[in-house]
Amino acid sequence: MVDNVFIIEKSVVIVIVFAITMIMAMYSTWAERKVAAFLQDRVGPNRAGWGGLLQPLADGMKLFSKEEFFPNTPNKFLFIVGPAIAMSTALMTSAVIPWGDRLHVFGRDVLLQATDINIALLYIFGVLSVGVYGIMIGGWASNNKFSLMGAVRAASQMVSYEIAMGLSMIALLMMTGTMSLKEITIQQSGMNWNVFYQPLSFLIFLICSFAETNRTPFDLAECESELIGGYHTEYSSMKMGFYLFAEYASMFISATIISVLFFGGYNYPGMQYIVEHVGVNIGNLLGIAALFVKICFFIFFYMWVRWTIPRFRYDQLMHLGWRILIPLSIVNIMITGIVILRSEIAVFLGF
Amino acid sequence: MSELLLPPEHRYAKIIKEKLNEDGSELSVLNLGPTHPATHGIFQNILLMDGERILEAEPTIGYIHRAFEKIAENRPFYQITPLTDRMNYCSSPINNMGWWMTLEKLLNIEVPKRAQYLRVIVMELARITDHLICNSILGVDTGAYTGFLYVFQFREKIYEIYEEICGARLTTNMGRIGGFERDWSPAAFEKLDTFLKDFPAAWKEFENLFERNRIFLDRTVNVGAISAEQAMAYGFTGPNLRAAGVDYDVRVAHPYSSYEDFDFIVPVGKSGDTYDRFCVRNAEIWESLSIIRQALDKMPAGNEYHAQVPDYYLPPKEDVYNSMESLIYHFKIVMGEVPVPVAEIYHPVEGGNGEIGFYLVTDGSRTPYRLHFRRPCFIYYQAYPEMIKGALLSDAIVILSSLNVIAGELDA
Repeated sequence: MVDNVFIIEKSVVIVIVFAITMIMAMYSTWAERKVAAFLQDRVGPNRAGWGGLLQPLADGMKLFSKEEFFPNTPNKFLFIVGPAIAMSTALMTSAVIPWGDRLHVFGRDVLLQATDINIALLYIFGVLSVGVYGIMIGGWASNNKFSLMGAVRAASQMVSYEIAMGLSMIALLMMTGTMSLKEITIQQSGMNWNVFYQPLSFLIFLICSFAETNRTPFDLAECESELIGGYHTEYSSMKMGFYLFAEYASMFISATIISVLFFGGYNYPGMQYIVEHVGVNIGNLLGIAALFVKICFFIFFYMWVRWTIPRFRYDQLMHLGWRILIPLSIVNIMITGIVILRSEIAVFLGF
Repeated sequence: MSELLLPPEHRYAKIIKEKLNEDGSELSVLNLGPTHPATHGIFQNILLMDGERILEAEPTIGYIHRAFEKIAENRPFYQITPLTDRMNYCSSPINNMGWWMTLEKLLNIEVPKRAQYLRVIVMELARITDHLICNSILGVDTGAYTGFLYVFQFREKIYEIYEEICGARLTTNMGRIGGFERDWSPAAFEKLDTFLKDFPAAWKEFENLFERNRIFLDRTVNVGAISAEQAMAYGFTGPNLRAAGVDYDVRVAHPYSSYEDFDFIVPVGKSGDTYDRFCVRNAEIWESLSIIRQALDKMPAGNEYHAQVPDYYLPPKEDVYNSMESLIYHFKIVMGEVPVPVAEIYHPVEGGNGEIGFYLVTDGSRTPYRLHFRRPCFIYYQAYPEMIKGALLSDAIVILSSLNVIAGELDA
């Protein structure tokens, strides 16, 4: 029997998680411009609010008030569905992220996670794969060759990199033995971060996450110098805003997943001590802060890379995905297997 | 509707109909331009594509043709510089100086050494801006934006020097027959010194960002390669020819404006691909910096900035109002009463992206009888369809950018 308070508690958590995802995505656009400005010796946005902090709101207002342009396409419905899919899939993944350990409030243990399912990783992969439909449908429905090219590039890129990403995850799963993100986080407490045990898996996952979020050096789907705007060439107004927003939301989610899977999630050095000696709530709030510091670092990393290196060509991208990353992740699986079964292998070989 | 009213079918439409791939896929036509963010100007390329591969390309030029050669036939000689500004607008001082030198060749005017050195300095500054823009835009086209904005502030510094020299920034309209319109201000030399001090470090950083970057190497090495024979057959000059391994440089082959006084090397590439073009331009920037330093060191003392040719050089305004002589010269120059020999001459200069030539035919009147600009971009663009044949769409963009085809110069 689910009690009413539980429903209220979950609703509050869901609303907060949703709001945080939106706000982080919003301020990622601001951060992107500020980071770009910092790297390029510029000032960046500084007119709207202090340090340009209201710039995302101003951008949103602008996009809302722009003309809704429809290209001459027979697929008006799909043209609208495209950005909607992109946006909703980008926001759905945040449901399974463990933002922190339990908090004691109002005499209850509040779990800081919308839902702790035991197939969280599969769920994330599933939702991310659906994300490509948003781009494909939008690009195809635009009735524009540049958009179509962007869409086809995006589709083949995402499909190929998902394989390498999934394979890199298998090595991690062999070690953790669970797909629940909560469990994985708990296993990493006390600086037992997975990145120290699975560095290769981390590298492959990081590279693939760039491809999955369509960021430079894998931004072939939009690459403005060749395809003008890629799949969103024909989009205007808030539909365009949705695509851009979805990109930043998925960047935030990717940064979160990397932090949770490889960098201990909300764990930080000395967490155990603070929880025992200072207070559970303070310790766990610091945990949330630690997670956000990690996320912000990875978001910064994404931007840093984007504003530093050139992008691949289409065939080189496929080469990297199929001929380098996939074999590498298979090798990683084998190494992990050998290390896990080292005692059995030793016995088998007669040591 | 009658057949006559239908628009004529493009020849690619026929090819597409005839040639169907075995797996049932079709060829397609892609309009790259006239307005495309990566063409950096207005030119159209109709591409016949098999997926991402370009099978054939059909370029269209003339979108910003302004008939400069015809306009020049109706303008007095000293009013033609603004036209040259608007050709290769990334390095307009070179075009300006080239035009004045053509006239000086025509009129047999000896320019004082100091003015020649000043010209060398400003021409080398222009070469730096041109190469700087070309190489950093190549970075933008491969997706690395930051290098572009980072070095772009030094283009701004160079434009500030131009401002001190002539008052204008982009379309400089600099100089006069026989030298400059006024002496360079001390501020110009100061800004030049700061530029020479600050720029090398920034440019080194830019080079480091790209030269050994794996992705950049993959994108540019063996992309858009052209052999030396082919390049010469097309009439390539400048960095694009030197990248193919031919050490032809007008500054060395036919020295003008005392280039023979300076010690510099002509960097050459090997394979003539995009990466070699990039490296040749990088190396030329270092050579240009060294030439500027040498010119500043060797600069003769004094403040002579123009030749004493009252027939062609406008006197200062206060003299026009106060002395009879000057008033007469002023009147004669403005009314076009100065003697001009009947001649046919050609004068090349090493422009930002190749040999800019001025072929001038005069009939003794105040305007050219015929003036032809040898515009390197026009020549490069002829080779472009052949260079991108069989390449991917991404390569086509990078090749166009590395050839440094500038719409203003292409169409003139």
